[in-house]
Amino acid sequence: MTERFRLSVNGVPAEVEADSDTPLLYALRNDLGLKGTRFGCGSGQCGACFVLIDGHAAPSCDTPLWSAAGKRITTVEGLGKGGSLHPLQQAFLAEQAAQCGYCISGILISAAALLAMNPRPTESEVRAALDRNLCRCGSHNRMVRAVLRASAQPTS
Amino acid sequence: MNIVADSGLKHSGSLQKNPRLSQWLRVSGDCTVSVFVGKVEIGQGILTALAQIAAEELGVAPERIHMVPADTAVSPDEGVTSGSLSIQDSGTALRRACAQARALLLERAAARLRVSTGDLRVEDGAVEAAGRRTSFWECADDALFDVEVDERAALKSPRDYRLVGKSAPRLDLPGKIAGQPRFIQDMALPGMIYGRVVRPPYGFAALASLDDGKVKAMPGVVAVVCDGGFVGVIAEREEVAISAQRALRRAASWKDAAPLPQDVYAWLKEHAVEHRVIGEKADAEAQSRATKTLKASYTKPYISHASIGPSCAIAQFQDYKLLVWSHSQGIFNLRRDLATALGMREDAVVVRHKEGAGCYGHNGADDVALDAALLARAARGRPVQVQWMRDDEFAWAPCGPAMALTLSASLASDGSIVNWQHELWSNGHSGRPGRSDSPALVAAWHLARPFERPAAINMPLPAGAADRNAIPLYDIPSQRIVNHYVREMPVRTSALRSLGAYANVFAIESFMDELAEAAGFDPVEYRLRHLRDPRARAVIESVARRAGWRDWPPGESRGHGIAFAKYKNLGAYCAVVAEVEVDHEVRVKRLLLAVDVGLIINPDGVINQIEGGAIQSTSWTLKEQVELDERGLRGPRRRGRADKPAGAPQRRRRGSGPGAHRSGNRQCGRARAGVARARAAAHARADRRGDKSVELTVSKPPPIIPRQPRFRLRCPVRRSCG
Repeated sequence: MTERFRLSVNGVPAEVEADSDTPLLYALRNDLGLKGTRFGCGSGQCGACFVLIDGHAAPSCDTPLWSAAGKRITTVEGLGKGGSLHPLQQAFLAEQAAQCGYCISGILISAAALLAMNPRPTESEVRAALDRNLCRCGSHNRMVRAVLRASAQPTS
Repeated sequence: MNIVADSGLKHSGSLQKNPRLSQWLRVSGDCTVSVFVGKVEIGQGILTALAQIAAEELGVAPERIHMVPADTAVSPDEGVTSGSLSIQDSGTALRRACAQARALLLERAAARLRVSTGDLRVEDGAVEAAGRRTSFWECADDALFDVEVDERAALKSPRDYRLVGKSAPRLDLPGKIAGQPRFIQDMALPGMIYGRVVRPPYGFAALASLDDGKVKAMPGVVAVVCDGGFVGVIAEREEVAISAQRALRRAASWKDAAPLPQDVYAWLKEHAVEHRVIGEKADAEAQSRATKTLKASYTKPYISHASIGPSCAIAQFQDYKLLVWSHSQGIFNLRRDLATALGMREDAVVVRHKEGAGCYGHNGADDVALDAALLARAARGRPVQVQWMRDDEFAWAPCGPAMALTLSASLASDGSIVNWQHELWSNGHSGRPGRSDSPALVAAWHLARPFERPAAINMPLPAGAADRNAIPLYDIPSQRIVNHYVREMPVRTSALRSLGAYANVFAIESFMDELAEAAGFDPVEYRLRHLRDPRARAVIESVARRAGWRDWPPGESRGHGIAFAKYKNLGAYCAVVAEVEVDHEVRVKRLLLAVDVGLIINPDGVINQIEGGAIQSTSWTLKEQVELDERGLRGPRRRGRADKPAGAPQRRRRGSGPGAHRSGNRQCGRARAGVARARAAAHARADRRGDKSVELTVSKPPPIIPRQPRFRLRCPVRRSCG
């Protein structure tokens, strides 16, 4: 049976009508058109579908709609403010920290969660924070450099 | 060297198949240049590098270049984007085409301005002479480029390059980093519905029965498609298609298929059907100086592509034509196989490339396109998007083949190698579409009127496939190298990055260390003693110097090692020093690489590829293996009949750990750095001349392959001692 769910995505209220067990991932991608969050494994093991739920990085492929309702959800599209890129996104561009780029959204989400808690992480803290995200192309070191670059920016 | 003149070919690179200038570029009145190439972006940055080449040779700003995504309707057929040949084949063609295009534009501009071409001043497409002005944009029309490419057009001298050789930011990254919908998985066409397929739990078993009544009745299900053993579902919503797929799995029962071999390496040796001596040199005098002989065996398991994004395609029937969007590496070959499988004319099928997740060889991209097309036949003209689930990808995408290798060598009293033998056993490394009469697409083999499953083949040397890099580059007077080809495929195999070179280079370089130790030489010195090629020596000497090889302090559980390779034995040179710690696990602490890739188009692109190749091959070696039991890929989550785990747990055989490794008859030695040697060279571009050294630090083994149940993570550097 489908139900109506009220979501708060990137600060904007949204309504989705779907089965209550529908993974948040598909509501974001196919109902709300936020395609930056991507399917990788379907079991919360790769990080490609991470979004911020009340500030914590969580796999949207493993989060049913009923549990996402009423929480603050931020996707990669909502990281930047006022139409500009988030400092992390700027740093990833500056470091050219990707190959195929499919995993990037989830990695940006994990990194954003880290910097929100710990604005000046060490390299090993960055590596630990990104440990739940997989990159198959091997751009790990570039990504770590990018997160450190972003963390060195003066906070606004 | 003029390759074309030397080879007797009329055209160079991809111009051989696509000789018309109009196939390559179009200059538009809006001050842009559309560049058409058949090579595709798969995360390697090729379109950025090709845009640099085009802008350089035309002499226009790179922002004016628009790279048109490959499309069988409009692009030159450049075969498959594989083998690190894109700069070599497409780049060469584009360079020639753009040089001629510029010459034609200047001729026309000169005629318009009534001056000679030598009097023209040209800047970014604006042309001026004698106070009069025109531009490329005014001079171009379709007729101008409707000529065969004339390779005599003067090329810009590399000395004058302003764009080629400088790092350019990737054209595709701004959108990807902003989270914009760039991938095929992100496409949303009007009226699009979603499909999923159900296949046998393992092997190529036939469908016994399917009770699909409940699935057909699920709200949102559009149709269940069953054609022989091909079973799929289309639904209005993606999550409904996934639920229906799960329900169909429970509703299907399959006949038993032949069990899979449990000792795959012994099985390979028993099932070889062709035994080809691919290299042989005999020197009786040298052999007579042998005083000591060493032997070793090496194995390489099946390895999965394991792209982060499972394969995806969209198909739509419109007016008796089929439109397919695919992240295939070879859209023209895919079109051919799709037409064959569907009984359509090739010109009734259009395949458009759309970027997918990272691609490291022949993955499921082509297969899922036929899945989508078969489901689209039931969709009444609506587009159908199919994305494989993670277990579809692991179970049905081709694996990089398992390989067994035995090496032996004899040393003279001065330690030099006087005789070398290398034998390898492997399935074929190419099962790509377009290369056989029968479609190389999974679904085609399961249809009610099934197509024969073509065996994976090996492309011939010098590039080679299973035997790629098997002939040692070291100077050895007597040698014999044998490639034992296994046609029968218990597991579907095809191209995975570097093909057989990963195993062959691992074996050769590991064995060189053993020989050096037996001969009492330092591994760097021992390699240099057996190498004459100055470019090979240069990368080894360079990386050893940067790594402080001579003074490097080994410690408890800590060692370093060196390895060398030349891509396909034809192209780029690479040497790597790995610093490794071994305690309860093997940890690569640092990799240093020196590469000579020839002429570099985009230095940061080269570095990115080299880093990625080094990290991925380190992961293969330390962490990865596709594990099989008699009923397919092992893993508790694999759903077979009635969602049961596929097969009971199986005792692991000795010496069957992840990654390439050695099994032999000697005691385990020092912390050998072979774990990382492999072939970081493999992805360097073959066509570039010059020097570039890359320093890469891996301070922690990267988290690449997850706690995915099908991969067991174990310490791989192990020999069975006895």
